[in-house]
Amino acid sequence: MLLVLTAGVSLAQSIPPDIAKKLDDLDKATKSAQMAGDNAWMLTSSALVLMMTGPGLALFYGGLVRKKNVLGTMMHSFILMATVSILWAVIGYSLAFAEGSPFIGDFRYVFLHGVGADPNADYGATIPHQTYMIYQLMFAIITPALISGAFAERMKFSAMLLFMTLWSLIVYFPMAHMVWGKGGLLNAALGGKFPAFDFAGGTVVHITSGVSALVCALYLGKRDNYPDESMRPHSVVLSVIGACLLWVGWFGFNAGSAVAAGSLASSAFIATHFATAAAVLGWMTIEWMMAGKPSVLGAISGAVAGLVAITPASGFVKPMPAILIGVAAGVVCYLMVAKVKKMFGYDDALDAFGVHGMGGTLGALLTGVFATKEVNDLRMGKPMGMVDGDSGQILNQVIAVAISWALAIVGTLIILKICDVVCGVRVSKEQETEGLDLSMHGEEGYNLES
Amino acid sequence: MRKIEAIIQPHKLEDAKEALKNIGVDGMTITEVRGHGRQKGHTEVYRGMEYKVDLLPKVKLELVVSNARADEVIRTLATAARTGKIGDGKIFVYEVADAVRIRNDDRGEAAL
Repeated sequence: MLLVLTAGVSLAQSIPPDIAKKLDDLDKATKSAQMAGDNAWMLTSSALVLMMTGPGLALFYGGLVRKKNVLGTMMHSFILMATVSILWAVIGYSLAFAEGSPFIGDFRYVFLHGVGADPNADYGATIPHQTYMIYQLMFAIITPALISGAFAERMKFSAMLLFMTLWSLIVYFPMAHMVWGKGGLLNAALGGKFPAFDFAGGTVVHITSGVSALVCALYLGKRDNYPDESMRPHSVVLSVIGACLLWVGWFGFNAGSAVAAGSLASSAFIATHFATAAAVLGWMTIEWMMAGKPSVLGAISGAVAGLVAITPASGFVKPMPAILIGVAAGVVCYLMVAKVKKMFGYDDALDAFGVHGMGGTLGALLTGVFATKEVNDLRMGKPMGMVDGDSGQILNQVIAVAISWALAIVGTLIILKICDVVCGVRVSKEQETEGLDLSMHGEEGYNLES
Repeated sequence: MRKIEAIIQPHKLEDAKEALKNIGVDGMTITEVRGHGRQKGHTEVYRGMEYKVDLLPKVKLELVVSNARADEVIRTLATAARTGKIGDGKIFVYEVADAVRIRNDDRGEAAL
């Protein structure tokens, strides 16, 4: 033993300085090459996720409203690309990702202080901390934008801005911290008390936004004359383009959540794609059987439902379970928007709750069933989900779902009350009849005679 | 002078125009309109919400001709726009008091 050690020391001493320098250079070059590859993918993913909000969601939602509200609806998505960005730089990133309490981050990254080129090893050891920060910003942008589907065609623009700012601060940043932040209550990789698996945001993004959407729909009330007056989508064509952009952008959302360009990113990419394809067919089939015709709006809605449901599971499940999750999402979300909504009579105008709230909940729970160490060995060889022979993870998933539902309901109610007192949340009846484009923004989407 | 107002299926417009051209009528005004008579429209379903669409797209074609030509024009239009199915539309005929060609103040039939 001593002999070996001595030999090792003498060997180390005997490496000539020029060789040592070469080894050192080689080490640096390898790290730099990996960093370049990972950083390229993460910057690409960041851009893809931004594309989901604009033009993806803006087109998807814009097509579904009446033509007098097309600009107002697209603005709900677009303006968040600016508002949330500034909020994120000032305080949002710090509240979400700085180490702090299990519920919210502290102020160490306020004004992006200390967020530079050096990697933050906790979040991504091979990309600049800045890249991780800008990637996460894109999630913070699209999440509140999803809510706007519920209050479409009737919310004041000023109230919407105030609502979204407060919602980011009170609901999104804390939820993102709990699930993804270091030391967060539900963080599965960085010391959470209840480690929940949420690869790309089933709880953080889709449950929070979808459940908050339902609260908004109930609080604001139905659109004037709903459901007697015709509120047909003014252009399913725009929605098809939007849905396709969402599908493509979602590869950045889910595969990017690997925070590296390795095999986990490929696995998440593939799970995402197959789940979405299965959800399209699931929705189309049940609609064809129950309503008589396979609608285009149904097919693209199925795609979004599948994308939502696979989001939390994407980095944990194999392709065949992904297909099962997709089919389940297509069928459940169809029943939510076509049957359950009608039964209760709430006016979730563009089905943000039916698709994101329910799809997100379904996906988060099924992640506890289908997560496997063969895809993501987060627990160093120990079982992940039920398919690995341990159903204990399902309880953690239930806890995460319950916390995100509760935070969304309580937070959104308080915020709506505040907005109502400060500026009133709903437009007047005259403004609603005129349409948001003219009454809020003083312009029209289609001036075909000009 | 007679004003002939025909409300027809949009896809028969080209046939109607062609037939009128063949009998030497070259002035007309077209409007895209919506409406229904006995034809009852259809139902559209968006995410389970049913919408009854009973005002269907039609084309309104208006032209003014001399009394002598009116019958021929009406017969030509009716034949050209006919499919034989419900929803083919209607033709209405009115008396016209006067006509003015704005370019040079021609009046009456000279203005047609």
